[in-house]
Order: sequence, then structure tokens, then C-alpha cells
Amino acid sequence: MKSLTHWLYDQKVRNVLIQIISLLVVFGVISVLVYNAATNIKSQGMATGFSFLQSKSGFAINQLPIHYTEDSTYFRAFLVGLVNTIIVSFLGIVTATILGFLVAIARLSQNYILNRLATAYIEILRNLPLLLLIFFFYFVVIRSLPLVRESWHISEVIFLNNRGLYLPALIHEPGSWIVVVAGIAAIILWFVYSGYVNRYQLKTGRRLAIWPVIVASMVGVAVLTLLIGTPFSWEFSKLGGFNFNGGIVVSPEFLSLYAALSCYTASFIAENVRSGILAVPKGQLEAARSLGLKRSVTLRKIVIPQAMRVIIPPMTNQYLNLTKNSSLAATIGYPELFAVFGGTVLNQTGQAVEVLAITMGVYLFLSLTTSLVMNIYNKNTLLTER
Amino acid sequence: MNSPPLSQRTSVLGWLKQNLFATPLDSIITVVSSLILIMLLPPLFEWLLFDADFIGSTKDDCDLNGACWVFIKERLVQITYGFYPYEELWRVNLSFLVVGIGIFASLTGRLGSQSIWLALTSTVIPIGAWFVLRGDILGFSEVETAKWGGLMVTLIISFVGISFSLPLGVALALARRSSLPILRLLSTIFIESWRGVPLITVLFMSSVLFPIFLPPDWQMDKLLRALFGVLFFASAYMAEVVRGGLQAIPKGQEEAANALALSYFQKQRYIVLPQALKYVIPGITNVFISLLKDTTLVSIISMYDLLGIVQSANSDPEWPGLATEGYVFVGLIFWIICFGLSRYSMSIEKKQNLKPR
Repeated sequence: MKSLTHWLYDQKVRNVLIQIISLLVVFGVISVLVYNAATNIKSQGMATGFSFLQSKSGFAINQLPIHYTEDSTYFRAFLVGLVNTIIVSFLGIVTATILGFLVAIARLSQNYILNRLATAYIEILRNLPLLLLIFFFYFVVIRSLPLVRESWHISEVIFLNNRGLYLPALIHEPGSWIVVVAGIAAIILWFVYSGYVNRYQLKTGRRLAIWPVIVASMVGVAVLTLLIGTPFSWEFSKLGGFNFNGGIVVSPEFLSLYAALSCYTASFIAENVRSGILAVPKGQLEAARSLGLKRSVTLRKIVIPQAMRVIIPPMTNQYLNLTKNSSLAATIGYPELFAVFGGTVLNQTGQAVEVLAITMGVYLFLSLTTSLVMNIYNKNTLLTER
Repeated sequence: MNSPPLSQRTSVLGWLKQNLFATPLDSIITVVSSLILIMLLPPLFEWLLFDADFIGSTKDDCDLNGACWVFIKERLVQITYGFYPYEELWRVNLSFLVVGIGIFASLTGRLGSQSIWLALTSTVIPIGAWFVLRGDILGFSEVETAKWGGLMVTLIISFVGISFSLPLGVALALARRSSLPILRLLSTIFIESWRGVPLITVLFMSSVLFPIFLPPDWQMDKLLRALFGVLFFASAYMAEVVRGGLQAIPKGQEEAANALALSYFQKQRYIVLPQALKYVIPGITNVFISLLKDTTLVSIISMYDLLGIVQSANSDPEWPGLATEGYVFVGLIFWIICFGLSRYSMSIEKKQNLKPR
């Protein structure tokens, strides 16, 4: 008996025991849940499995980045939702970053009024629920836009009214791929050349100009386009009957979601950027000034590279939040992943477990890959102290 | 050493030159932004206050020049309590008063032992409040949760989410930092899975999936299910905040505790957690702020929180076209609470930074 208590007080044995018990508890809970689910699903006669993905969806979606009809499968509907999520997240991230940087710079400016305005922007938006902003844009701002016949327009090319934003569409004609390839080649050329310029500067101390190469390659692409007979044309939106036809239609749902996400996230990014810039030691600025560097060069070469190290981790977090927050679109009916899958498909198929598992799985996958990349980035950019 | 320069006396003109017209670009920015402000602010205030209507009881009492606050005034009870029966409102008020006292006492320590109050506020008081609000017990009449709404639901969800997630979050954070690999793995999986999905999917899961995973004869209240969803979600964020606090404790503290031969739980209870938890109050407040804002999402599972109830009031045929007033009012309430809390958390942070550790 004594040996048993003695054995129980051994730290190593305890550690193993605790871990085994916690594993058993977790598996116990999971198996009870699975058992319950199996019983419930059977008693309610619900379908199971992922075969529903192959069957006909039979519902329409109003914002279609890729081909989709009512005859398409549920899997196709899933793809539409996913692409819509990616589109709104990507555009939102780009806009929020630019806006966030601008607000942060305004907040750090010496100008009293600008400074106060930026502070007000940040403090107001950060402390409001995102859903409120989305509703506000959708039910107040968009509703107060002019009617179709009185649309605001920029020289009859871009129209804005309470049914959405109308942009001209770029129509591809045969041969357009040559121009696209040439354009990509030009961009690759810029990167290669700027890499070369940097290495050359490190070796010799002289900096070659980059702009001649950029101009030359752009002229080259333009000449090529003209030579093969401009294989592009613009399709403009035209007022016909009660609405506009042709061109690209950006729905009010998208506009409100995009505007709300960008403005909201920008207020957080602005604070991240500000704290990043403030984290650069003052000595760095003074050293740069004593070396006679210009303000713009100091900002570009001294402040921003060091600030980025502080800014990027929280900023990726904000990007991730924006992507996850895009699921709020379900409340106003923009067909992104959650609205299409968690909403319509779930209602039609009734297979809650599978549908929600797929939806949550996508977001989880995005989050985990992002944090993985961030961890690697953090390890690589950690400041090596002297 | 680093004493500030002697006070520089600046005249009004000097201040203007320094802060508004330092460079030509600065002057342009000042002029343009002032013009924008002059164009925007007067109409805004006219709409909000000077041309707005406060008196009356129907839509006809509002002209359309300014905001119609009559709408908000008439709906105030509904916006605060949802459809809770009017003669039972004292139960809500009483519960919130007790919870408020509990929060005050556990944060300031002015009414006796802080840890006892904290324990009461995070367990006994909310559970008691639930029975008082829900009724059908101790002679209280039943008020099913479908009738709850407005600010009341917003506060209930965010408060329960925060107070119950604290112990869970502490446990998860300790597990994630423990030396036992399986415990560490399990808690990491739990934390990262909840943090990786949007709250809206969690709420949906609570409303659609929980009934499937519960035993067939269990009936769980919809609000309670949502509370559990929010609780798991918040505990993952809480765990990360607490972990941050644990990491900030100097290693020497733990080593000293080991040298005194304290057991693991004694060590956490008396040495590590008291220091760590004080350090994470700002972080907890920030989790609370985002949770409070996120409670608006419960409207997706057709519950009427503060925003949801205003949204539904917008479609009232007797009060058409007053969405802006509703949103502005709700925004104001959220803004006051969140801004106040963020200032509170900043002031605590400042105090902590001043204290030498």
C-alpha cells in the first residue's frame, strides 16, 4: 500500500496519468457528442455524407464572378461563395491598408486640425459594431443615393445610383492573351531589374535609375498592343428601359459591405501603423538627419523598414479579422461563402453538420495558414541584437 | 536627467503658426480641412439637435427637417428591455443593479475582499440573475427568453461571455503553457479552432448544431445555447490574453516558488496568477469591448439585441423612414460604453507602467 501512494506521488507517473485522463475525458465527450448526433440524425431521418455536393442546387445567386446557373451543383455554389468572399476580402484589405496608413500619417502630423480629425475617425469607428456600419451603409447611405434616371455619373462612363455602381467592362478579343503575357513579363522585368539595381548599389555605391526601364517596358507593351490591333474593347453601361444594361454591375450589397469593412478595419490598422512608427527609436531619425538624408529618404529607408517589423504581425491579424468579418454579409444578402453555404444550402439540404463543417473549415484553414506564415515571418525578421 | 525644457511661453499667434501654418502644405491642409468641417458640422448639428423633434408621441409630431427623436423616446422601453413584460421590469433592473455592484466591488475592492466578490460576480450572481429573469421558480412568473431583447440581451450575452470565460480561459492558458505535451496540444487545438472561425458561424452552430449534438430528450433554451457558443468563443480569446499575462511574469518568480517547494496549484494560485491577472485587466477589457460589439451578430439567429430591435423597429409601418435615427441612437450607446471601457483599460495600463515591477 505504501508503495502505491509512493508511486502516485512520483512526478513522472503523475504527468503521464494526468495526460491519459485528459485524453480519455476529451475522447469521452467527443464520443458522447457523436453518439448523440448519430441517434438524432437517424431519428429525424436526415441525410448524411458529402454526396449532396454533386447534386443540382436549383437556386439562383445574384452576384456571379464565375459561371453558375440554377442547374449547377452545390459544389459550384460553394465556389461562387468562396470567390465572392475572396473578392470582397481582397479589395477590403487593399482599401483598408491604404486608408489606414493615410489616417495614421494624419494622426502623427503636426497639423492640429488634421491630427484631431484622424483621432476622431479612429475613436469613432473603433468603438462601433461593424454590423451597425454595414446596416448604416446599406439602409441609409445607399438608399439615399439618386434614382436610376438621376444617377450620378462621371462623363457617362461610371454611374452610381441606389441600385449599385456601374462600371465599363473590358471585353477580351482573340489575341488578348499576348498582351496579358507581355504585361506580366514587363512586371517580372521590373522586379529583376530593381533587384539588380540594389545589388549594383551594394557593390559600387552608385544607384542606377529604375524609371527608364519601367517607361521603356510600358511603351513596349503599348506598341505591341497597337501592332496586334488592340484586342480589347470597353463595354459601357447604357440606360435602357428601367435599368442599366451591360458593363459591370457592382451591387449595393457589395458596396455597403466593402465600404463598412474597409472603413472599420482601417481604424484598427491606423492604430497599428501609428504604434509601429512610434516604436522606431528617435535616435534613428536623428542619425538619419545628421547623415544629411532628406525627409522622404529617411521615411522610406529608415523609418518604414523598421516600423514594418512592428506593424506587420498585428496587421495580418486585422486582415484575418476582415476576412472573417466578411461573413456578416449574410445579414444584407451579399452571396459570400457564409451566406451561400450557411444560409441557402443549409436550408435546402438540411445537412447542418456537413455544411457548417465545410464553412468553418474554410475559415479555419485560412486562419491557420496565415498564422503559420506569420510565425515564419516573425522568426525571420526578429531583430538580431548586437 | 531627462527633465523637460523650461516652459516655452507661446502666444496665440505662435501656437497657430506652429500647429496650423508651419509650412505651405500645412496651411493648405488647414484651410481645406477647416472648409470641410464648416460645410459638414452645422448641417449635422442642425439635424441632430436644433431642427430635431423631441416632443410628441407619433410620427406626425415630427417635421422632416431634422431627426425625429420622438421615435426613440416612444421606443425606449423596447430598446432597453425588448418585449419583457412591463410590470416585471423591476426584475431586470434589480439583476443589473446587483451585477453592477458586483463588478464595482470586484474591480475596486471598496466593498471587502476583491477575490470573494470576483468569485460571486462570476458565478453565483449571474446564475441567480438568470433564474430571477427567466422566472418560473420561487414564485416569479415565467418570462421566456424569446421576449428578452434590446440592451438587456446585449449586456447579458457580453457579460456572461466575459465572466464565465475567465476561469475557462485561465485553465486553457495554463494548459497551453504546461510542460505536458498532450495537455498543451489539446488546449492549443481548442484555442486555435475557436479563434479561427467567425463568431457568426459559431452562433449559427449554437443554434443549428447544438440540438443535434445534445441527447434527444434535452431541450436547451435558444439564448442559453447562444451563450454557450459565445462562452467557448470568448474563452479562446481570453486564454490568449491570459497567456500574454503569464509570459510577462519574470521567470524568477516561478523559480522562487519552486525553491519553496510549492505544489503546481499552490504556485499558480499564490504566485503566478495574482500577478498575471492584474497585468491582463486591460486585455480583458479589450476582449469585452469586441465581444460587446460582436453581440450584435445574434440577430442572425433571430434574437433581438440592441441593434436587432432597432432594425426590426425600422420596418414598423407607423414609423417609416427613421432608420438613421435608430442607427445613430444605437451607435451612440455602443460608442459610449466601448469608448468608456477603452479609456478605463488605458488608464489601468498607464498606472501599471508607472509602477516599478
